[in-house]
Amino acid sequence: MQVNQEFKPKVVAFCCNWCSYAGADLAGTNRSNYPAEVKIIRVPCSCRVNPLFILRAFQRGADGVILCGCHPGDCHYTTGNYYARRRMTLLFSMLDYLGIEKERTRVEWVSAAEGAKFAATMNEFVETVAALGENKRLEDLRCKTQ
Amino acid sequence: MQNTMMKRASELLADGTVSRVLGWKNGEFVYDPTPAVFKSVEALEESFVYHDFCGSNLSKYLIQLSKLEGKTLVFLKPCDSYSMNQLLTEHRVHRENVYIVGIPCDGKLDPDAVRASGADGILGASVEGDSVKVDTMYGEVTLDQADCLLERCKTCKSHKVVVFDEMLGENGDVNPESARFDEVEKLEAMTPDERFTFWRGELSRCIRCNACRNICPACSCEQCVFDSPTSGVSQKAAAASFEENMFHIIRAFHVAGRCTDCGECSRVCPQHIPLHLLNRKFIKDINTYYGEYQAGVEEGSRAPLVNFTKDDCEPNIIYKGGSK
Amino acid sequence: MKKLSRSNLDALFAAIADTKKLYLPVADGEDEKRGAKYAVWTPGTEYSTAVNTIRSAKDFFFPQVERMANFKLEGKTIEIDDIREECEDFVVFGVRACDAASFQILDSVYLAEPVDSYYQNRREHGVIMTMACGKPSETCFCSVFGIDASEPAGDISCWMTDDEILMQANTEKGEALLASLSMLEDAADQAADDVKALIRTVLEKLPLKDLSTKSFGGDKLMELFHSEKWAELSQACLGCGTCTFVCPTCQCYDIRDFDTGHGVQRFRCWDSCMYSDFTKTAGGQPRPTQVERFRQRFMHKLVYHPANHEGTFGCVGCGRCMKSCPISMNIVKAMKTLGEDHE
Repeated sequence: MQVNQEFKPKVVAFCCNWCSYAGADLAGTNRSNYPAEVKIIRVPCSCRVNPLFILRAFQRGADGVILCGCHPGDCHYTTGNYYARRRMTLLFSMLDYLGIEKERTRVEWVSAAEGAKFAATMNEFVETVAALGENKRLEDLRCKTQ
Repeated sequence: MQNTMMKRASELLADGTVSRVLGWKNGEFVYDPTPAVFKSVEALEESFVYHDFCGSNLSKYLIQLSKLEGKTLVFLKPCDSYSMNQLLTEHRVHRENVYIVGIPCDGKLDPDAVRASGADGILGASVEGDSVKVDTMYGEVTLDQADCLLERCKTCKSHKVVVFDEMLGENGDVNPESARFDEVEKLEAMTPDERFTFWRGELSRCIRCNACRNICPACSCEQCVFDSPTSGVSQKAAAASFEENMFHIIRAFHVAGRCTDCGECSRVCPQHIPLHLLNRKFIKDINTYYGEYQAGVEEGSRAPLVNFTKDDCEPNIIYKGGSK
Repeated sequence: MKKLSRSNLDALFAAIADTKKLYLPVADGEDEKRGAKYAVWTPGTEYSTAVNTIRSAKDFFFPQVERMANFKLEGKTIEIDDIREECEDFVVFGVRACDAASFQILDSVYLAEPVDSYYQNRREHGVIMTMACGKPSETCFCSVFGIDASEPAGDISCWMTDDEILMQANTEKGEALLASLSMLEDAADQAADDVKALIRTVLEKLPLKDLSTKSFGGDKLMELFHSEKWAELSQACLGCGTCTFVCPTCQCYDIRDFDTGHGVQRFRCWDSCMYSDFTKTAGGQPRPTQVERFRQRFMHKLVYHPANHEGTFGCVGCGRCMKSCPISMNIVKAMKTLGEDHE
């Protein structure tokens, strides 16, 4: 059992290969700090992220999920992030409609040059999720270890 | 109406314009007609019916029927014609093999609503003006027609048949005054906790019978992601509350921007879960964020989720304003 | 026979709930359209006299999802953790005659060798209190299968009059429960005769009471199997599982493993012969279209089940499929259509 430990949220960050993943890399090279609780999953493009990915991240224990991609207009595949933008807007709005805390989800555009923004975004997002506490509303008890 | 439809269908069958007719076949009781294909005038005369309980949407059957040789005549109500347009847009139905006869609709009755309004043991029913006269095993009752309507008909979005080869009777109009988003707005005005309680209460009642999915004209995939053993999410039952949520979120999302709001999902749910409230939320959000759009209004329109503009709103719009 | 004033119903429920978990039909929410469901009794719970629940009472013995075991892998060893949860005593009140009869059908499958111990445990721990049907629905046809709604089976049979509830124990389990309830008064054995007679007059009026079963049975296999009517009957079938899931006698299940990320949870859940993957195997699909799947369901109830179980049909005439099917196809329509050939 957990003994009075400070709650450390698990955060899944889907990062597009071309901008945001490189942004995360730059954050590392720059020695910018961001919490180790952020687990990065590299995807070819932000529009690769299917709504099921987001839900399954929550199912498997994530307390927050963030999607990072190239800035609109800068997509490596020209238009991928425009589609992702619409999808995530609607999906997150639906989660909110079902009463699932909308602060647990986020979309942020991070370019390969924005290492500092990546770190700042993650710091801020982890803090927000930590304040919300454990994900209870979209959890799957079978996947809990304790 | 039934006689007019039968007469027209018989003519078209007899002169060879169509090879078969898709309509409704009479049931055991007044309220349970079954969709059926009629291949001859005799078959039509024997069991074709059309009345106030013919609520089912026939458009999805055309996916299969339009692959057959010869034309299929189909009777489409306004709701059904929207679904037909959407199926045509998605190239799921061969238009050249379908002969659409539009029929006007003033709302269809829901047998469960009739029962709930106080008619146990329904033996017969007929609509007379604003009331429904129900003959039951325990005597005759007269009910308010408005109380007996299907959920979708109470907030009818359109009386207009949007695609047809010919129209029987007068075509109606779109109803811009429809109150179909009222319930969605009511939910949006609640706190997240209240909404969560509401939806848990509803979705936890799901028995995963797949009736909503299988009746849905927009759910026309050859194999559903939830049936695919390689998808990693295939489920035969919701073994955890998460899976109940997942199924309904994903199902609604997969039809977002394609749902014509025909209301069949809510009509067929044996547990009476208001599934239309999920679909309408997407329609409402699309209207708000990307401009008015209703799937099925015109053939060939581009669904909002396979479209974009450079100045679309950012996802963080949902964290500002909007719902609480 | 025992009796109790209806005004004392809550005291009865409280006394039962004192020692065992008590389930009974209640209205499913404020919207009457939703009908009734079984729920756990707590003070204030109101008993619904609706003719039947939307879901059947098989849920108590054969739940939709049942967790069976957890597997933990450590190195080359697998640890099996038994997580059975079917060992609690409970009472179900208000079961209708059709559902009570469905338990016999489920028993003939699950209690036959090899015995299904999950089902058996639940059966042993459950006490069934049935309620005679005062106001059957037009979709009721239990009498067709020899079920008498005025004399429901179960451990205890109950009848409701205007002011009293009459109870008759049929089994030892039932006797024991009735004996433990001190508020019950003795009643004459004939006390329920009037209400039974009243029910029978209503049953006589049911529109489906003359449905014929003579074209069906274990000996009608070939002719029914090869009937040309299946194609037409199944034409509109959507292949959803609604009929099988609301059916009190449908008993097929699937056993699945869920990867929890730190182990495997094995569970069983209802399956439906209406589903496209029901008979799918590596070797192929013996029921490739909905026609075969649809045929299977009705052949099972009307031919295979009686062939394997001394002529007992696999249907109890509860009428749930008639109310729930999205396209209004059901066993009554199938029986009438298939039966035409033999009239």
